Amino acid sequence: MKILVPIKRVVDYNVKVRVKSDNTDVDLSNLKMSINPFCEIAVEEAVRLKEAGVASEVVVVSVGDKACQEQIRTALALGADRGIQVDTDQKPLPLSIAKLLHKVVEQEDPSIVLLGKQTIDGDNNQTGQMLAALAGMGQGTFASELKIDGDKALVTREVDGGLVTVALSLPAVVTTDLRLNEPRYASLPNIMKAKRKPITVTTPEELGVTIESTVEVLKVESPASRSAGVMVDSVEQLIEKLKTEAKVI
Amino acid sequence: MNFNLSQDQQMFAETAKQFADQELAPHAARWDQEHIFPKDVMAQAGELGFCAIYAPEEAGGLGLSRLDAAIIFEQLAGGCTATTAMLTIHNMATWMVATWGTSTVVEQWCPTLTTGQQLASYCLTEPGSGSDAASLTTSAKRDGDDYVINGSKMFISGAGETDLLVVMVRTGGAGPKGISAIAVPADSQGIHYGKAEEKLGWNAQPTRLVTFENVRVPVANLLGEEGQGFSMAMKGLDGGRINIATCSVGTAQAALDAAKEYMLERQQFGRPLAQFQALQFKLADMATELVAARQMIRLAAFKLDQDDSEKTVYCAMAKRFATDVGFTVCDQALQIFGGYGYIKEYPLERYFRDVRVHQILEGTNEIMRVIIARRLLDEACGEIT
Repeated sequence: MKILVPIKRVVDYNVKVRVKSDNTDVDLSNLKMSINPFCEIAVEEAVRLKEAGVASEVVVVSVGDKACQEQIRTALALGADRGIQVDTDQKPLPLSIAKLLHKVVEQEDPSIVLLGKQTIDGDNNQTGQMLAALAGMGQGTFASELKIDGDKALVTREVDGGLVTVALSLPAVVTTDLRLNEPRYASLPNIMKAKRKPITVTTPEELGVTIESTVEVLKVESPASRSAGVMVDSVEQLIEKLKTEAKVI
Repeated sequence: MNFNLSQDQQMFAETAKQFADQELAPHAARWDQEHIFPKDVMAQAGELGFCAIYAPEEAGGLGLSRLDAAIIFEQLAGGCTATTAMLTIHNMATWMVATWGTSTVVEQWCPTLTTGQQLASYCLTEPGSGSDAASLTTSAKRDGDDYVINGSKMFISGAGETDLLVVMVRTGGAGPKGISAIAVPADSQGIHYGKAEEKLGWNAQPTRLVTFENVRVPVANLLGEEGQGFSMAMKGLDGGRINIATCSVGTAQAALDAAKEYMLERQQFGRPLAQFQALQFKLADMATELVAARQMIRLAAFKLDQDDSEKTVYCAMAKRFATDVGFTVCDQALQIFGGYGYIKEYPLERYFRDVRVHQILEGTNEIMRVIIARRLLDEACGEIT
């Protein structure tokens, strides 16, 4: 069984991002970049499935310029077998990424596409769902547990009302939530081994996909800064305010 | 010349930083307070490869360079100085066993030492022999297929908790040429451990006097040849000095980062501390000297990796400079924190206590100056640049 894990290079979750002075984007210069945390969870889950003898190969794929090979290497150091970089200087939106991934899925023919439910830069939460629709595969999003049972994937999903378990016929798309697992550290020997694992480079042209920009960004602004709080005199007053002003209880 | 870290080195540093942030830093204050030696965390570090970074690959080590090790230890030290220092001592002792041990010793000990399942201590200093290491008196007398060891070793890091002791002993006459190195199982009959010394810092590892009373070990436990011990000890110390220097720099970086954050947040006289120029200048000097110290360590590590004829001088210079700078930076960061720097709720006082000993051990900073000056004044000295 082959597992394809799409991953994304994003600004590190510890970094405080700043908005560019011309309000066109966030300023990413000199910032630490990392593998998106949800993607890292997807890599970890795929590697665990391989270690458990369920999967035979874990392939990671990333769409971006050459710099995203750093994150592919990280995934290889965590235990993935090989990488694919879809080389582009553009910053494709979820639909374009899903179209590119669809072509990679056609080439690789994985049993499971395991990816993060969203990335912490765009927070779109769309790519997995769009890919499932394009590829005609079942989808189990926001997974907190994944079990493979023969030709079925049992996905426990985190939904507003609690947990829902769905059974998907393979091949299927599964997107990961935070509680699926706790990713391991890349050990020094595995970092050294990762160097020898192959990364192939392809392009949107080779895959026959034109990256379209269907969304126009008008302005990027910092969130409004938090205004000063109010001191309350008693618990009764706090409860009163939560009822009448905040209206949360 | 390229001063950037290689991609591998960046990834090593990243793994070390994650480990330091998640497995060391959250517990360091408690380990210090309660004098806990976190062997389980050392074993976890071993699983990631941190226990035998530069030991040869044939013996289960990673065979990485001293420069790689310095980069890794620096990140770890930012999480817990004392635990990282012990890890560096273990790395040094493991490297000695792996490099000079007989096949019997390597097969018996290296699989567990390189993975951190067992730990090693390094025993050079004696109650009467500190800076003048070549005057050590602990003896090992040949008796059939055994050596019989008698004497005492002082200030032994990890003693009582570790599994193997790399002991410098006298097998021959007076002076450095009479010294040999022997691997001694820590539970051998006749070894007595003193009380855990009460120390200013480095509380996450015990330091004890170790006494040997007719301790018998097989001749196969000799590392290298008889008489090679002192040169091994000195070779070990070249790397040990780099290691301890990185522990100072890594800790000082954590102190500097904390001080910088504090200056941006703490308000006095209606403005953040960061707006007071006197403190800005202090911060600027701390950062400047820390960069100098870090680069000097990396230069010395590089010279050691290249087996440069003057490597010992560079290692001594780096150790002297980086441990002095590290202490000063920790002291000044504490000062910026004011009263909050002095209380245990914040890590500043621990940083300050932990790095102080780095100016003393692995050869005092005075001995570093002796090493540097003696070589500079020697006609045979190569170019020091």
